[in-house]
Amino acid sequence: MTAVETTAATTGHRTVTGRLWWRPDRAGTPIVLALVLIVGSLVFGDSFASGRNLGNIALDSSYLLLIATGMTFVVLSGGIDLSVGSLLALSGVLTAYGAQWGTLTAVLLPLAVCGVIGLVNGLLIGTAGIAPFIVTLASLLFARGLAFAVADEGNKVHLIPADLALTRLGQARWLGLSAPVWFALVVFAAAVVVLNRTRFGQSTFAVGDNLEAAGLMGLPTARVRVLVYVVSALLTGIAGVLVAAQTQSGLPTIGEGRELEAIAAVVIGGTLLTGGAGSLAGTLAGVLLLKVIQNLINQVGTLTSYYQQVVSGTFLIVVVLIQSRLTRRRMR
Amino acid sequence: MTGTRTARPDVLTVLRGGGVYPAILLLLLFNVAFTPNFATLTNLRLQLVQVAPVAIVAIGMALVIGTEGIDLSVGSTMALSAALLPLYLGYGVWPAVVVALLAGAAVGIVNGSLVAFGHMQPIIATLGTLVACRGLALVLADGRLAEMFDPVLGTLGNDSVLGVPISVLLVLVVTGAAVVAVRRAAFGRRLLAVGGNRAAATLAGLPVNRTLVTVYVVSGVLAAAAGVLSTARQGAADPSSAGLLIELSAITAVVVGGTPLSGGRIRILGTLMGALLMQLIIATVIQHDLPDSTARMLQAGIIVAAVYVQRGRSRA
Repeated sequence: MTAVETTAATTGHRTVTGRLWWRPDRAGTPIVLALVLIVGSLVFGDSFASGRNLGNIALDSSYLLLIATGMTFVVLSGGIDLSVGSLLALSGVLTAYGAQWGTLTAVLLPLAVCGVIGLVNGLLIGTAGIAPFIVTLASLLFARGLAFAVADEGNKVHLIPADLALTRLGQARWLGLSAPVWFALVVFAAAVVVLNRTRFGQSTFAVGDNLEAAGLMGLPTARVRVLVYVVSALLTGIAGVLVAAQTQSGLPTIGEGRELEAIAAVVIGGTLLTGGAGSLAGTLAGVLLLKVIQNLINQVGTLTSYYQQVVSGTFLIVVVLIQSRLTRRRMR
Repeated sequence: MTGTRTARPDVLTVLRGGGVYPAILLLLLFNVAFTPNFATLTNLRLQLVQVAPVAIVAIGMALVIGTEGIDLSVGSTMALSAALLPLYLGYGVWPAVVVALLAGAAVGIVNGSLVAFGHMQPIIATLGTLVACRGLALVLADGRLAEMFDPVLGTLGNDSVLGVPISVLLVLVVTGAAVVAVRRAAFGRRLLAVGGNRAAATLAGLPVNRTLVTVYVVSGVLAAAAGVLSTARQGAADPSSAGLLIELSAITAVVVGGTPLSGGRIRILGTLMGALLMQLIIATVIQHDLPDSTARMLQAGIIVAAVYVQRGRSRA
């Protein structure tokens, strides 16, 4: 699927990939990110490099980071999760819907529903053996349908009262950063520990690298493949709760195309779509790179939104090309 | 060669193997029994005409998926060809159609080169062209819908030959060509070899890069043709909505039809049936006046059920 030599070169070091936070041959994305940041500050000066703008980038990145973190687990296990964009909308709608009974239901209801959908995804893939692409494509449709059903076919927008604890928590700022950024960072840190320091995390690498071999070694392959989809759905659920708390409402239309953005972030971060090799640190760099590029393109005020699409599509390709060149050269 | 002899059991295994065939049958029976005015010639013809663009795109997609790739840019390519049509209509219909198809080929060359020479993952390369081409289509058309009153284009979109709509004839031609290419031509063998094992195909001395580029070009041209077709039928080019999310419908049709996403095997007829199944589901839902949300959830259930029946044979 991808560069043959990349696959061949990484599989030998698989466990190392999992254990080290930083690997020189995976540094392609951070280098490109640093270059883009430097060029951005030189060209746009304070309108880009101001604390306020960087804070906006951080807030914008936080939702994608949550989703892409879950996606990293799924992709590492050799799967793919297309349902996250719809789950984001569903979770947001359920948060706003549940808010009428207080903060506790507003948080627990969406997480429970997302958890169940993730579990069904996982069971259909891990136990029934249906292709991940198809299962999550179906739940993409299902979750979007459910979101619209809860929102009365989009005719009713559930609002979250401003005096609810959830609203205050979601819109709080600590040390200059919005609450969702802190939540995303805490979840990300926990995910790094789980992926690199637990049996589940290491099994995820093994299952993605070679499902049969992992099974022969006695790893609970089915359980691992079910769990990664639950993780992905739950993290997306958290992102949905945070989006709803920020906007004080639940819209069934949000999140379209988010799955592709999350997959792009994971792949730009150097995780192979074939599974078995990659890192969460790379995903973090991939998320930031995507969001910084989007922000830079928005800075060019003269571009119409149509041209912005042309530029961002081209930019995505160029960045991935540079990143894969850097990665491959450093591996030799 | 033993062509004719191997081809016949092939058809039988396709019929037995695909969960898509019983699904279509069940849905047809349900509609004949419970949907008023379903089993009329006008309605059946309408369904076939409506499925034509998706079917054409899906066949190109099946070829790409056969190489273990994926082409997310097909919807935007449709929009691009729709946006180009009114711009070149002044030179006549056929030059305009040729320009639209060439644009599709150009998108395919970019996709194929990125995958073949750039060693990019297809999903990322075509995601980039998805975003860029939609933007380009909107730039070209200035974001506006363009109405066209060209008699030849109208004929292409709405007329029939011997009772069969032209768009349906086009689907049949494309399907036939794809079946021959996959089963009989050296190109099809190379394509499946690349999809089965790219490294081995390279070592075997096959022209891997040329095959990959060709496949994406075919997919791009077919998507552009679908764009021309749907534009001709509507009599208007709308670059902001043309082909939106058709990549997901096409991929669904391919996989529901029994082609594994892991490459190395292609079912063209199954793909056609997959597209038909999706169209039937939508038609059923519309004719029974179900809300949009229920329709989506129903679609999800049917997709999973159809693929579940044929699991094991087509793990991807």
